[in-house]
Amino acid sequence: MSAIRLQGARTLFYKEVLRFWKVSFQTVAAPVLTAVLYLLIFGHVLEDHVKVYDSVGYTSFLIPGLVMMSVLQNSFANSSSSLIQSKITGNLVFLLVTPLSHWAWFVAYVGASIVRGLVVGLGVILVTFWFAPPGLANPLWIISFALLGAAIMGTLGLIAGLWAEKFDQIAAFQNFIIMPMTFLSGVFYSIKSLPPFWQGVSHLNPFFYMIDGFRRGFFGVSDVSPWISLGLVGVSFLVLAALALELLRRGYKIRS
Amino acid sequence: MPIQPLPADQPAISFQNVSKTYRGGQVRALDGVSFDIQPGEFFGLLGPNGAGKTSLISILAGLSQASGGAVKVHGHDVVSDYAAARKALGVVPQELVFDPFFSVRESLKIQSGYFGVKGNEAWIDELLENLGLADKANANMRQLSGGMKRRVLVAQALVHRPPVIVLDEPTAGVDVELRQTLWAFIARLNREGHTVLLTTHYLEEAEALCQRIAMLKQGRIVALDSTSELLKGKASTMLRFKTDAALPIALLDQSRVTGRIVQIKAHDAAEVETILASLRAAGCPIEDLEIGRADLEDVFLEIMQGAHQ
Repeated sequence: MSAIRLQGARTLFYKEVLRFWKVSFQTVAAPVLTAVLYLLIFGHVLEDHVKVYDSVGYTSFLIPGLVMMSVLQNSFANSSSSLIQSKITGNLVFLLVTPLSHWAWFVAYVGASIVRGLVVGLGVILVTFWFAPPGLANPLWIISFALLGAAIMGTLGLIAGLWAEKFDQIAAFQNFIIMPMTFLSGVFYSIKSLPPFWQGVSHLNPFFYMIDGFRRGFFGVSDVSPWISLGLVGVSFLVLAALALELLRRGYKIRS
Repeated sequence: MPIQPLPADQPAISFQNVSKTYRGGQVRALDGVSFDIQPGEFFGLLGPNGAGKTSLISILAGLSQASGGAVKVHGHDVVSDYAAARKALGVVPQELVFDPFFSVRESLKIQSGYFGVKGNEAWIDELLENLGLADKANANMRQLSGGMKRRVLVAQALVHRPPVIVLDEPTAGVDVELRQTLWAFIARLNREGHTVLLTTHYLEEAEALCQRIAMLKQGRIVALDSTSELLKGKASTMLRFKTDAALPIALLDQSRVTGRIVQIKAHDAAEVETILASLRAAGCPIEDLEIGRADLEDVFLEIMQGAHQ
């Protein structure tokens, strides 16, 4: 039975990857272009005005933030939009009648979200490196935070997709929670440039640790220790994963 | 397509005291439903809209959870041993759903993979051929007509070669050609040993195909017997004729009128005489008179009316 389940989970993962790949213009190319536009405009306007770290130019500083922002937003978009589409069009029934366990659902949906996030992130890196290569101090941090960040957001997308009953609610989740938290997490600035109160508030934002740790991998400097960031991000993932698995096990809002 | 034999006395599907309530118990969709379906049976589940047919099938397929009781497929509980139960089931859902991202063949390969079945190309080709989908194999699901989408739903349900096939109103809104293709194929699978559970609104289909029938009304079983016994038990003669005139008041209560067609139940030849005499006396001209046995529709209506009283 375990071989069957493995094959089942692999099929669902493959289907989820194929789903976004078939519309890659919208799911990969468009977010890469958006990130490049951010870089061109903010980089151009602020390059000579903002100095974050002594050794790092603003455009270079901006790149890892934009890469991570793209990874996070697209990982969330993948699982959440796939689930809500299947729920609304009714084709989730094809999955509900299968022997797939809640673990298989989780691994496949989150796995495919990680792939989408990393593909978009890689696209942004490849294109933006033309403008200002940001350095490569510690690739292990880069990989760890990219993977964990994508996994967290894929899981959050899964939870949002299970909870939502209409597209509108997913869009609200994206625009009123994900977007502000990403923008206020230090994508465009170091939180050290903020007044102490807002620095404190930023420390409550889990997105800050993902981006700060990720950036550490490029420059070897960060606002907080990457180990603290890794610990917090790792625990956040485990908590969200436990919640998602429990919702799937219960069939929350998918098995009446 | 060989079917794994079941141990003696093991039903293919077993419903034990199944109940389902919604909105905190205010709505009772199923109320203590119990019956077994034997391996290899072609079983019909009939009932008016809202009787609980789809609720029962949803619980069987794992789309919904029972509020009480147990359901087993090939001896596997649909909750505690859901993986084995679902592996034994192929469900054709009632709604015409599809995944717009994929072609017909991709949809079938993906569905097969969910069940852990690999290298299934030969069977997929056979399904496509038998359901008249061979020339649409590489078409995107969005390009298909409603009837074609319905065929794909059937193929998807059968792609992992389940021994038990559940069809939830598969011919609703389907043209005659597909209906015939579908029934020929399902009947073949049934002859080869598959158990079939069918819900349908077309009573002539149930009469022609099902060996046994259960009738549901307001969440309860109101009749459960072999199709022939059901027909025999309620055996009566039916007068069918066409008329444009108003029927005598005395006959109105026992008549079923569909447009110009009138059907009146008669218990014996003498009653046939009486009915014809009262029609003549009322000056009611009739055409195309037929005298035949009651069909499942008559039985169905009689049982439903009886259950209502």
